[in-house]
Amino acid sequence: METSEAHVHIVPNGTFIKVWGILLALTAVLVFLSEWQHELLSVWAMLIITPIKAGLVLWYFMHLKYESTLLKGMLFIALGSLIIFIGLMFLDVSFR
Amino acid sequence: MTHGTHSTAAAEHHRDPEGAKIGMWLFLFTEMLLFGGLFLLYSAYRARYPLDFDNGGKSLNHVIGVANTVVLLTSSLTVALSIVAVQRDQRKRALGLLGATIVLGIVFLFNKYMEWSAEIHHGIYPGSPVLAEHPKGEIIFFGLYFTMTGLHGLHVIVGLIVLGILWALVKKGSIHKDDFTKLECGGLYWHLVDVIWIFLLPLFYLAA
Repeated sequence: METSEAHVHIVPNGTFIKVWGILLALTAVLVFLSEWQHELLSVWAMLIITPIKAGLVLWYFMHLKYESTLLKGMLFIALGSLIIFIGLMFLDVSFR
Repeated sequence: MTHGTHSTAAAEHHRDPEGAKIGMWLFLFTEMLLFGGLFLLYSAYRARYPLDFDNGGKSLNHVIGVANTVVLLTSSLTVALSIVAVQRDQRKRALGLLGATIVLGIVFLFNKYMEWSAEIHHGIYPGSPVLAEHPKGEIIFFGLYFTMTGLHGLHVIVGLIVLGILWALVKKGSIHKDDFTKLECGGLYWHLVDVIWIFLLPLFYLAA
């Protein structure tokens, strides 16, 4: 197919629907663990599952998977800076 | 400078989808850091007042929080599918999917409105005399809750306006299978609004 947008990459509908299903399932796991009130487990589940959910949206829905290394690197630097800030803040808070 | 036939043709239809997308992402980075700063504030205060934050989280309506998550995740799916539809030259389908995204966004805002109304009715809002009686950590929790979900809600409203304009452009035919960068950029914005909500759900509703 000839298109003027040479970079075009059409993702099959099924991929998006699968990702959506996984996102809903992960949300269900989070809600279940939080209602179950197992504190340690639910905190760890949140810390692990929430970034996975965000990552799935970024990687598939936001097409990051098909973007250039430049763009991926830019996102890495932006999020990396934020994570460094969060780390520094916890370093400060926990040794007060 | 020479002007070949190629460069004249390029000037007439000058488009730079790659550049447009990088520009959009740069804007999204500023949004991530804006909310990131608020997440930082939340974490610092949660570390200081863990019990008050727990009690604050317990008093929020979890059903609405989870329902709105399902609504936003589904709206992210419909906007992603609408881009595929445009790429495949299925205009009617694209319009339907974009319309569904807009309806889901409105449902989200309606739920938010119901939730906030109930809280305000119970005297829970920033600076309220009822809230002033609560422990200090809970006052901070609700301050952050109204600020962060309010700022997020504002983003949903802006996203809906953007989606409305995109719907009109698809309808008019100026977004089509050979030129859909605008729709992609609008979609990116809507997905980011979804990503932010993915973090807000556990911070406020589930972390009790």
